[in-house]
Amino acid sequence: MKVSYYPGCSLEGTARDYEESIQAVCKELEIELQELPDWNCCGATAAHSLNHWAAISLSGRNLVIAEKMGEDVVVPCPLCFNRLKTAEKALLGVDKGQFQYTLHGKVKVWDMANFISQDGVLDIIESKVKKPLEGLKVVCYYGCMSSRPPKITDAKDCENPVSMDRILKCLGADVIPWSYKTDCCGASHVIARPDLVFKLVGKLYQKAAEVGAECFVVSCQMCQANLDMYQDKVASKLGTEIYFPIFYFTELIGLALGNPGVKTWLSRHFVDPLRLLKGKNLI
Amino acid sequence: MEQENIPTIKPEPEWMAQIESDRRLNISSCYQCRKCTNGCPVTFAMDIYPDQVIRLVQLGQRDRVLRCNTIWICAACETCTTRCPNDVDIAGIMDYLKERAIEAGVHVPEQKTYIFHSVFLNDVKRRGRVFEGRLMQSYMIKSGELWNKIKDGSIKEEISLGWTLFRKGRLRILPKGIKAKKEVRKILM
Ligand code: SF4
Ligand code: SF4
Repeated sequence: MKVSYYPGCSLEGTARDYEESIQAVCKELEIELQELPDWNCCGATAAHSLNHWAAISLSGRNLVIAEKMGEDVVVPCPLCFNRLKTAEKALLGVDKGQFQYTLHGKVKVWDMANFISQDGVLDIIESKVKKPLEGLKVVCYYGCMSSRPPKITDAKDCENPVSMDRILKCLGADVIPWSYKTDCCGASHVIARPDLVFKLVGKLYQKAAEVGAECFVVSCQMCQANLDMYQDKVASKLGTEIYFPIFYFTELIGLALGNPGVKTWLSRHFVDPLRLLKGKNLI
Repeated sequence: MEQENIPTIKPEPEWMAQIESDRRLNISSCYQCRKCTNGCPVTFAMDIYPDQVIRLVQLGQRDRVLRCNTIWICAACETCTTRCPNDVDIAGIMDYLKERAIEAGVHVPEQKTYIFHSVFLNDVKRRGRVFEGRLMQSYMIKSGELWNKIKDGSIKEEISLGWTLFRKGRLRILPKGIKAKKEVRKILM
C-alpha cells in the first residue's frame, strides 16, 4: 500500500520517538510512506490565530503538492491534520476564489490513527502480533484535533472516537472506557500559560487513575509532551504521586509486533515506561 | 433608586453584520443557551465567557470584546463549535476577533501568548518550517521570560528540561529548511 506522508515540524524534532515508531511500524505493515516533497509548516495555532488567509494558504500549499503526488495523504500530527482539513474545506468551498491555491478534491487527508484502524490494516496487525499486550491497562486519549469540529474533520464519532481503542484491543491490551478521551490538554498554551496546561493535565491524570488505567495511549505529540514532560511538576503541585507512561499508539504496535526499535523510542520519553512494561513481562 | 447609575449600552448591530459577511461567520442565530461555555475547558481563566463574547458581538460592543482575555485564553479546542445547536463557529469567531484586536492596536492582555504566535510565524517565514530550538530561544528573549526566569531562579528548570531533551536525542542542532522559502514568505507577508 502506497500513501503520501506529511510528518509536520515536530516529528522532525522533539517528537522523534513518534516518527521513528511510525517509520518502523509502517515498514512492517507494508505501508509505503512517501513524504510530500518540500512540504511546509501547516501554520499551526499561530497562523489560524493571527492570519486566517495565511493559515489556509500555508496548509493549502501542502495539499496542492499532495494532489500532484496523487495518493491519499496520511498525517500523524492531529493539529497538522486539522489544519490541512480546514484548508481543504476552504479551498473546495464557496470562498475558494479568495485563495491563491486551487484544489480538485482528488486526494483524501487521513488522520494516521484512523488510517491504521481500518479493518484491512487491523487484520494485518493481528496476523503479526508476536507479543500480545495482555494485562496492560490503558486509556486511549485522543485530544481535540483529530475529531473536532466534525464539519472539518469528517469524524463520525467526534464525541467518542474509537480508532486507538480498536488498535489497542487488536494488540490485546485491556482498553478501559473513560469519558475524557477528547478533553483538551491545553496544547501550545504550555509555552505562554503553562498554568492552564498543568490544571488540565492534572484532571486527566486524576480521571485516568479513577478508572484504574496504568498508562495513556496518544496519537498527538502535543498531548504526549504535555502529559509526559511535566508529570513530576504537576504531581508535586497536586501533592500526590503520579506515574503514567504516555505511549504513542505506534510505539505499542511496535512492541506487540516485536520490533527491535522499541527500547530506543521509549528511552526518549521523560516518564520511564520500562518500569511498567517490565512489571508486566512485556519487555 | 438612582437610575443614572445603571450602565446602559447602545447596541450597534452593524459590526455583527459586517463580520457575518466578511468571513461567513454566523453570529445572529446564537440564542444564549450557554452550551459553548459549559463545555469549555478553560473558562476558569477567562474574564468573560464564550457565550458573553458572542452576545457582546451581537450588541456591537467592539471595544469590550477586543480587549477581553477570553479570545487569547481560548485553546482552540473546538468543543464549543462542535456542540453549538445553532451552528455558531465560536472558535472561528475567537480567531477573527484576535486578528481584529491586533489590527485595532488594542492592548493584548495575554502578551506572552501573542508573542509566541508571532515568533512562531516569523520562524516559518524564515525557512518554511519551524525549528523548535530556535523558536524557544526567540520566544524567551522577546517575551522577557528569559530575564524573568533568571531573576526568579526558575531558569534552572528550563535548562534542565532543554538538557534532557538534548540528551534524549530530541533536539535538532541544525534546522531543516525548504526550497520554496520565497513562496512561503510571500504567504506570510
Ligand atoms: S452554544 Fe451556540 S447558541 Fe448556545 S450560547 Fe453558545 S453560541 Fe449561543
Ligand atoms: S474553542 Fe475556545 S472557547 Fe471554544 S470550548 Fe475550546 S477553549 Fe473554549
